Amino acid sequence: MMNNSGSVLLITMLLIASLIFTACANKPAEPAAPAAGDNTEEGDIVIGGILPMTGAIATFGQSSKKGVDLLVEQVNAKGGVLGRKVVFKVEDNKSTQADSATAAQKLIQQDKVVAIVGAVASSNSLAAAPIAQEAKIPMVSGSSTNPAVTEVGDYIFRAAFIDPFQGAVMANFATKDLKAVKAAIMTDANSDYSIGLGNVFKDVFTANGGTIVSEVSFVSGDTDFNTILTTVKNAKPDVVFVPSYYDTVGLILNQAKNNVGFPAEVKFLGGDGWDSPALFELAGDAANGHYFSNHYSPDVDSPEVKAFIDAYKAKYNEVPDALAALAYDAANMILTSIEKAGTTDAPALRDAIAAVELNAVTGKIKLNEKRDPVKSAVVIVVEDQKQKYFTTVNP
Amino acid sequence: MAEFLQQLINGISLGSVYALVALGYTMVYGIVRLINFAHGDVYMVGAFAGYFAIKTFKLPFFAALVAAMAVCAILGVIMERIAYKPLRNAPRVAALMTAVGLSMFYQNFTIYRIGAQPKAFPKIAQVNWQFAGVTVSNSQVLILGTAIALMIILHFVVQHTKMGKAMRAVSQDRDAAMLMGINVDNTISFTFAIGSALAAAGGVLVGQYYGVVQPLMGALPGLKAFVAAVLGGIGIIPGAMIGGLILGVAEAGVSAVGFSTYRDAVAFGILILILIVKPAGILGKNVREKV
Repeated sequence: MMNNSGSVLLITMLLIASLIFTACANKPAEPAAPAAGDNTEEGDIVIGGILPMTGAIATFGQSSKKGVDLLVEQVNAKGGVLGRKVVFKVEDNKSTQADSATAAQKLIQQDKVVAIVGAVASSNSLAAAPIAQEAKIPMVSGSSTNPAVTEVGDYIFRAAFIDPFQGAVMANFATKDLKAVKAAIMTDANSDYSIGLGNVFKDVFTANGGTIVSEVSFVSGDTDFNTILTTVKNAKPDVVFVPSYYDTVGLILNQAKNNVGFPAEVKFLGGDGWDSPALFELAGDAANGHYFSNHYSPDVDSPEVKAFIDAYKAKYNEVPDALAALAYDAANMILTSIEKAGTTDAPALRDAIAAVELNAVTGKIKLNEKRDPVKSAVVIVVEDQKQKYFTTVNP
Repeated sequence: MAEFLQQLINGISLGSVYALVALGYTMVYGIVRLINFAHGDVYMVGAFAGYFAIKTFKLPFFAALVAAMAVCAILGVIMERIAYKPLRNAPRVAALMTAVGLSMFYQNFTIYRIGAQPKAFPKIAQVNWQFAGVTVSNSQVLILGTAIALMIILHFVVQHTKMGKAMRAVSQDRDAAMLMGINVDNTISFTFAIGSALAAAGGVLVGQYYGVVQPLMGALPGLKAFVAAVLGGIGIIPGAMIGGLILGVAEAGVSAVGFSTYRDAVAFGILILILIVKPAGILGKNVREKV
């Protein structure tokens, strides 16, 4: 079977192949023009929610809605806020940036909400935040951890700690709890989240007297980690920091144990991107014995967590995840602040949220001057393919 | 040295999968002058067939491998009969576009039916062997062993059976072969069946090795296998094997020296280089076309 009928055809095919690749790129959406908000002084207090009820991270949105619904039910049972009933109105952003901007418009203009809970993903929050800021409607995201979100303006807040903090938490955990002196870092070169956590880990771990023995990167969508894992293994680290999402981490843990033969003493560490049952599906028993930082764990022994879990279980018959807890806290920040300000007037409400102090489910929330909470993180250990609370790390 | 050997083993494991997929490209090109861009997605369908054979029908690994190869062999024949045969005398670009369309169809149909979420492929019981500082896992031995065995079988089929002789005849001159009484349609279908079965084997082996299958898994390896086929000399069976191994080792080498994010770029850089320097590929000869 041999013939050569010219390379022109091959070049044509190469061009076509490159077209197929570029066609996959996503266009980011332009936020639409903002408009002024208008708060009613009488009747129900309407809180808006921009949540991904469908699409790529739909489970995150559904958990968040359950969390806020629970809070609203509890508050209304006690007579509401300022003697008025609270109504929570959710707009589905379909996990996209374009629909997050549209949802913000709709909530502010049509539904006249006094404040917004959301969005979940940082990129989605970044699309909605300029609109809320322009309309001067306070927006509190439960789970967006990218530092840029609250930098949009003084009406944007969050209930979660920010990305760099997790890197510091895990670096200190590696030094103090695991007594590690040599660390390797594996980052996703396409993800700001991953690079950000990796850089902070490196700085803090080095400042603690440790050495970074290997730094490798991959790109999202890779499935072959055997070669970079071989490089990492030969550097003989005590810990390997992999700040990436569960779909990639699952494969890395799987291949590290099964193909490359990492010794069990080498611990893998990560951030809240690991928090998904899919991690255990992909990694199987290779996930056991490794650690990651998270916002909350149902095993934390505090009165707030216990009360939250009991109420959540009674209403939904399931154990709440971190997303539900964070959304609950975000909505709680808003409602507590309305009560304290004594009004739903935007400027007064904004000031009240900025000064909020709350013993929340995910820890004590007190905002710094950048409107980011200074709060503790929990470290989770994977045991028997389940998450288990290990320790709490304070900032 | 140990690290070099270790990465070489990683590269050969990866390369033998590229080789298996590249064989399908090269055989189909050899016989009908078509780059079957849906081939990478046949590899994906094979991986899913293996996944369901193990998960749903509880077959042992090798039975699942054979089942996936059978499913894809049939798929290959159907694909050829429905999509490519009507276009056999049409301009080549028409068939090429059909291949791209089929590729998108396979990907999106799989997403529609099975979902876009990656599925965890069941691992076989893991054994790691250590010697001289090098770790070899049984997954790697499995990939290499299966790939070599399939290539030996393929070589035997092409060189020593009547059907193989017919395939070689059709690839040299289809009209003359027809005049000699060879059933050209069946020969072409048979070639598609073999190529698709080999891709399915590659898919199942990779699913097992990386521990995951998902609907878009075929796109990039498919293109890389195409590079491997061109590198070795498209249409030449041993060329596909050599091309696949070179590509796998090159990718592992690039990762090993710390440029892991550039390894796709290297694979396609090799394609550009070979098209400039030796368009016929490593084993190809420049044959002047007679007019």
